[in-house]
Amino acid sequence: MKVWVYAQQAEGAPTSATLELLTKARSLGDVTAFLAGDASGIATTLGEFGASKVYATGDLGGHLPGVAASTAIKAIIDGGDSPDLILFPQSYEGRDVMARLSVKLDKTVLTNNVDIAVDGSTVKVTTPVFGGNVLVTSSFNGDGPYLAAFRPKSFPVEAAGGGAAEVVAAPVGELGATGGAKVEAVHVEEHTGPKLDEAAVVVSGGRGLGEAGNYSTIETLAKLLKGAPGASRAIVDAGWVPYSYQVGQTGKVVKPDVYLAVGISGATQHMVGMKGSKTIIAINKDKEAPIFGIADLGIVGDAQKIVPKLIEALQGR
Amino acid sequence: MNVIVCVKQIPDPALPGALDPSTKTLKRDGKLILDESDSYGVEMALQLVGKAGGGEVSLVSMAPNGETSGMRTALAMGAARGVLVSDPALQGTDALTTAKILAAAVQKLGGADLIIAATESSDGYTGTVPEQLAEVLGLPSITFAKSVDVDGTTLKVNRQTEAGFDEVTCTLPALVSVTAGVVEPRYPSFKGIMAAKSKPVDTVTAADLGVSPVGWAGAGQEIVEIGQAAARQAGEIVEDDGEGYAKIVAFLESKKVI
Ligand SMILES: Cc1cc2nc3c(=O)[nH]c(=O)nc-3n(C[C@H](O)[C@H](O)[C@H](O)COP(=O)(O)OP(=O)(O)OC[C@H]3O[C@@H](n4cnc5c(N)ncnc54)[C@H](O)[C@@H]3O)c2cc1C
Ligand SMILES: Cc1cc2nc3c(=O)[nH]c(=O)nc-3n(C[C@H](O)[C@H](O)[C@H](O)COP(=O)(O)OP(=O)(O)OC[C@H]3O[C@@H](n4cnc5c(N)ncnc54)[C@H](O)[C@@H]3O)c2cc1C
Repeated sequence: MKVWVYAQQAEGAPTSATLELLTKARSLGDVTAFLAGDASGIATTLGEFGASKVYATGDLGGHLPGVAASTAIKAIIDGGDSPDLILFPQSYEGRDVMARLSVKLDKTVLTNNVDIAVDGSTVKVTTPVFGGNVLVTSSFNGDGPYLAAFRPKSFPVEAAGGGAAEVVAAPVGELGATGGAKVEAVHVEEHTGPKLDEAAVVVSGGRGLGEAGNYSTIETLAKLLKGAPGASRAIVDAGWVPYSYQVGQTGKVVKPDVYLAVGISGATQHMVGMKGSKTIIAINKDKEAPIFGIADLGIVGDAQKIVPKLIEALQGR
Repeated sequence: MNVIVCVKQIPDPALPGALDPSTKTLKRDGKLILDESDSYGVEMALQLVGKAGGGEVSLVSMAPNGETSGMRTALAMGAARGVLVSDPALQGTDALTTAKILAAAVQKLGGADLIIAATESSDGYTGTVPEQLAEVLGLPSITFAKSVDVDGTTLKVNRQTEAGFDEVTCTLPALVSVTAGVVEPRYPSFKGIMAAKSKPVDTVTAADLGVSPVGWAGAGQEIVEIGQAAARQAGEIVEDDGEGYAKIVAFLESKKVI
């Protein structure tokens, strides 16, 4: 089976989602990577993780990847190199590219998956629904290329030790009317401390904190535990913290050693992003809150009283 | 300026979801409501048309059983008209076919300067329909908008990224997908609710729009298995008696975090 992995890079290295997909792809067949960008800095790592070749568009010149990368992939396929299966990360870029490509190829997409199995020419993917309590497995009908997207942290990351991937130019070409959107400026949010999706400890706050100003206690707590602060979508939508803090279905997937949820009810969309944590601690004043159903330690009480005492105790150590 | 908003009508998310064991699709037999994710798009459209000083907000929706109650909410907020695609043949439709259907509905309305959808729906959250719709219509798009402005014929968007946000521009006509919280959706007024009852909603079938195959026949996938995930067990739940923090400290110690 010819498997392509839609690769992404950040700060000069392949993203962890890319390495997860490459690791899995190796067990499914021959692996080629595709990158919307310049692959020269990451071809070695892509090779180490099993890609023998990487198609790379080079700089997109301000175009959004959705139209540009799907056009380049379609051109490669029309040119005769057609994969059986393309694995995408469930990221903004992955979603946009697979959506545009699905129309160009007239192929369905299966998104939000956490697993894949190949049995002969049948490809089956699994997605959790209802907050992860039910697992639905679907198979693709008809011919490939099959387009599937996977949530972060679905697969472990393991290098295979191959040589650098061969970089093959995949020019974007003329985009026409659909390519009209232009990136005029890029804004990167500053952050210190470990990354939310890599931290060993995550301390997240929700609407139960009461007001935006109280979020600073979450940051203090995270810092004391050498962890990263996170948030429910309720307080992201309310503008208390930037989107990059959001944990859940439409935010980050985290699997820390300890996840501490403060004033978070435990909506299914939040839980899909954190229930893979090794241990979970919850503070909530409502003993019926769903978060207690998955917590290893639950404290029923007022966060405004418990958190300051916890901070004081940790500072005193 | 004319704007078309995609509005999905979904089962109330507050009620527990269930899969129909025979069809293996989400049960949608109860009353459907306007997906909250789309209420932001409706509000955004109304504000942009208001600012442009003329034009109309129209709706497109695909839903079973001729359901219009979610569309009526959007009409009550101030949208002028809608096209509903409803057809038993649509059961089992995948995201790609949904995009083709919505594209045909948009064309039935004569197109628009701007098309708005949500980044993902609350019930299916496949998260690809807006970008697929743009491709079917041959339009440029800006996805994951956290703020939207139109200046003449130029669309200006702050687009959410994993690292922060990008400023992106595009010439109309175009499609934009909006994130939750971009604007504060208005509550329909009593007058709006009354007016919505008589606003035109044109109900059509997939065949009327000339889209086929649809439903299970058009889907490039089938569900082969439904299983239960391993459940996480609840641990120790204690009432805070003033010493709750000490339990947490002890727990962190036992896990060697501190
Ligand atoms: C399509 C879709 C995608 C979504 N994606 C996400 C996502 O990625 N991430 C996400 O988090 N959500 C997501 N949501 C939203 C989700 O459904 C919930 O609305 C959200 O998680 C609720 O956030 P919360 O727990 O902070 O707020 P609430 O549900 O309002 O809970 C607040 C909790 O705080 C407790 N509380 C109140 N006061 C105190 C106090 N003094 N001390 C202690 N506890 C207190 C309350 O008992 C309550 O349990 C999504 C929703 C949809 C429809
Ligand atoms: C749990 C679950 C998982 C699914 N996974 C997949 C999958 O992986 N691949 C797949 O092809 N199908 C999938 N489906 C089927 C999918 O829900 C339908 O195809 C649906 O018609 C459109 O998908 P969505 O709501 O998930 O779209 P999304 O792409 O999440 O929708 C984004 C936005 O597009 C607009 N929109 C979408 N549908 C409509 C509509 N009917 N009327 C008006 N506006 C609309 C809304 O603005 C919406 O917020 C899944 C369904 C369920 C219940």
